[in-house]
Amino acid sequence: MSATQTDPTTADPTPAAGPRLKRPTRSSDLLVTALAVVVALVIGGVLIALADQRTRSAAGYFFQWPFDTFTYGAEAAWHGYVALFQGAIFNPRTAANGTLVGYLGPLSETLTNATPLILGGLSVGLAFRAGLFNIGGQGQIVLGAIFGGYVGFAWDLPPVLHLLVAVLAAALGGALWGGLVGWLKARTGAHEVITTIMLNYVATALLAYLLSVKWFQAPPFGQAISRPVDKSAQLPPLLGSTMRVHAGLILALLAAWAVWWLLERSVLGFRLKAVGANQFASRTAGMDVGRSIIVVMVVAGALAGLAGACQAVGTNTQITQDIDAGIGFDAITVALLGRAKPGGIVWAGLLFGALHAGGVQLQSVTGTPIDLVQVIQSLIVLFIAAPAVVRAIFRIKASGAGVGQALAKGWNG
Amino acid sequence: MATTEQATEVVVEHQVVDAQPLRTRIGVGAFLVLLGVVSLWFLGLKLDGSAKAHLNKLVLPGLATGVVVGVVILALAGYQLARGFRRQQVGLVLGGSLLLFVVAFLTWVSAHGDGARVDLTGLLQNSIGLAVPLMLGAMAGVLCERSGVINVAIEGQMLAGAFGAALIGSVAGSWFGLVGAAVFGALIGAILAVFAIKYLVNQVVLGVVLNVFALGLTGFFYDAFMQQNTQALNTPKVFKPIDLPVLGDIPFIGPLLFQANIVVYLTYVIIVAVDVALFRTRWGLRTRAIGEHPKAADTVGIKVLAMRYRNVIIGGAIAGIGGAYFTVGSVGAFGKNITSGNGFIALAALIFGRWSPRGAVAASLLFGFASALQTLLSFTVPGIPSNFLAMLPYVATILAVAGLVGRVRAPAADGEPYVAR
Repeated sequence: MSATQTDPTTADPTPAAGPRLKRPTRSSDLLVTALAVVVALVIGGVLIALADQRTRSAAGYFFQWPFDTFTYGAEAAWHGYVALFQGAIFNPRTAANGTLVGYLGPLSETLTNATPLILGGLSVGLAFRAGLFNIGGQGQIVLGAIFGGYVGFAWDLPPVLHLLVAVLAAALGGALWGGLVGWLKARTGAHEVITTIMLNYVATALLAYLLSVKWFQAPPFGQAISRPVDKSAQLPPLLGSTMRVHAGLILALLAAWAVWWLLERSVLGFRLKAVGANQFASRTAGMDVGRSIIVVMVVAGALAGLAGACQAVGTNTQITQDIDAGIGFDAITVALLGRAKPGGIVWAGLLFGALHAGGVQLQSVTGTPIDLVQVIQSLIVLFIAAPAVVRAIFRIKASGAGVGQALAKGWNG
Repeated sequence: MATTEQATEVVVEHQVVDAQPLRTRIGVGAFLVLLGVVSLWFLGLKLDGSAKAHLNKLVLPGLATGVVVGVVILALAGYQLARGFRRQQVGLVLGGSLLLFVVAFLTWVSAHGDGARVDLTGLLQNSIGLAVPLMLGAMAGVLCERSGVINVAIEGQMLAGAFGAALIGSVAGSWFGLVGAAVFGALIGAILAVFAIKYLVNQVVLGVVLNVFALGLTGFFYDAFMQQNTQALNTPKVFKPIDLPVLGDIPFIGPLLFQANIVVYLTYVIIVAVDVALFRTRWGLRTRAIGEHPKAADTVGIKVLAMRYRNVIIGGAIAGIGGAYFTVGSVGAFGKNITSGNGFIALAALIFGRWSPRGAVAASLLFGFASALQTLLSFTVPGIPSNFLAMLPYVATILAVAGLVGRVRAPAADGEPYVAR
């Protein structure tokens, strides 16, 4: 991962060993990103060692024989990360069976986890570029899942059309929820951070209600779970029915391309970025700032809604109360790691998808709690947001803004 | 957009000082009409005429209460639409109408549920219990944001506090647990302070990330340590309620406010301290100064950054104590994500209360009441979808922020890092 990411540094005409030169460029960004990942993984390793029983008992006689603590700890961290790799990318032990699942199973899990993360990350990232902070991924995903899932189990349509309508309905649900935020911001100046957080709760309560009414709940109405989505509305699996990765992945990659096109090649995207960079200048230049805000939140909501579709008619086929599975908040870290650029978000989504998939294996093999993944994830973003910290650790001299600073605005902004 | 609107608003103000703008007048009037019609029709006339409502020991006729309340609110609505109350009175009229509506609603609940007894004292006790962490979280927010640092990490600070209280409370006793909660909360506060003030990271991003960090870390240590040795590490003693000598004997108010445990009393002290300190002391003046105009504050010799560090860390400690309420203050053992979003609601209360300690406390109590009412309803009247009631505080916050109550304005320098030049 780190090797490929630092590649552009060596491709640079100026010598790579020139940290003295001030180059707040892409290569410097990539270097900081890679180092942030490394630092986070090292801290994660310390945590794995802490959770390891043998290391802890060795720490009991630390002052008599300190080497055991370190060797056992390092071993535990190494085993942990090997398990993580096996769960996320390739596991020689299952591959020895010779089956396709054995070879591709871990990768399929990574891609399955990455799919909604990429879509959610695109949603948050697009809003970032327009200067908006969309914490409402959770609510938008829930609404998307409700709309998509409802079309999936309640409507009776021919195969391909059914799936299309379900996915579009999910996008519509998310777009409504996101658009509401944009409309409130444009019309009344209500800060999107507050309204999105509040709408997350409203969406969760709405879902809880729906999961208790007859036309939504699965018979015999004992559990809070929706009716199962029809086969014709499910995103088809990509690698056969034994593996979970589904066509949502293609949807996510298409969406990434579409967002790239929107931001880099369209007039609308130019307007959105201008509004994000400086609202007042954009207004002076004759742009309709309010409309841009509404549009960007509608599109961002639709993207999150698509993530909801992946959850409701792809990875799962029934809606439960935790259909969001924390993706709404993870998406924020994905967008920040990807620096709010579609390409970066795809890679970030894959990385965090891999961490999640590997975390499951890590927990089952070494007993290390999967919550470790959240810690690593937040540390990566923390260090990326404060590149000065990473530069101080590795003594790199360079100046450049962190991710956050581009959108440093208070409640009144 | 903002500038032109403000300009027209100013002109209107110069013409008629006391009157409300027409839009507010009609909006508030329409809202009152809605409340009145609902009480008159649904809470009154649609009830069985003989149904009685039991509130504590009070017995009220269901139908009559609904009708009376409905007529009163409709009368107020009529005056509001025809002539319009004066600006200063609108809040009072709205508040009073809402209170009446709640009374009518509670009698309806009781009368509708075939004389199901509504325990008012219990309801209000629950409200305060649910509001305690919110109030503390909001106070943490007041301290940070009044000094110019946005604190979205209240949730994380609370969670760390809850964890610290359970862990240290089990090992060394509940009192140390309380101190531990403050320390753990302050630690998250310190991370927030360093990254926000020294490394100038966007504070909203930072807060969100710190919440994930606290959630992950406490979850990790819970699974890795507490779960394996619950007896030694996760069985803190819950503070016993203390019946305050004279105050506890006051009828109704006594059981409500003064028969609680030490965390609740500490909450009272913190609220009063924050309110007094913020508006009556030199420290408070300086804190507000660095939140509104750090450069001016710096010019007159106030150490902006040092004060921000201190206030953010103290804020973290207070939020940590709020988290302690979840463990040593009420339930005892720690569980994953035990704060379950209360920090975000505290943030909403802070904004709903317009960044003032008193407003934030009032908003917290309102949110606490709404959740207590929701619990009550799910027990007494299965017919009402209590999930819709659960949405109320959030919808109310959105409406408040969107300007139904008035324009909400944060401290001018809130969220803007200060770099001395």
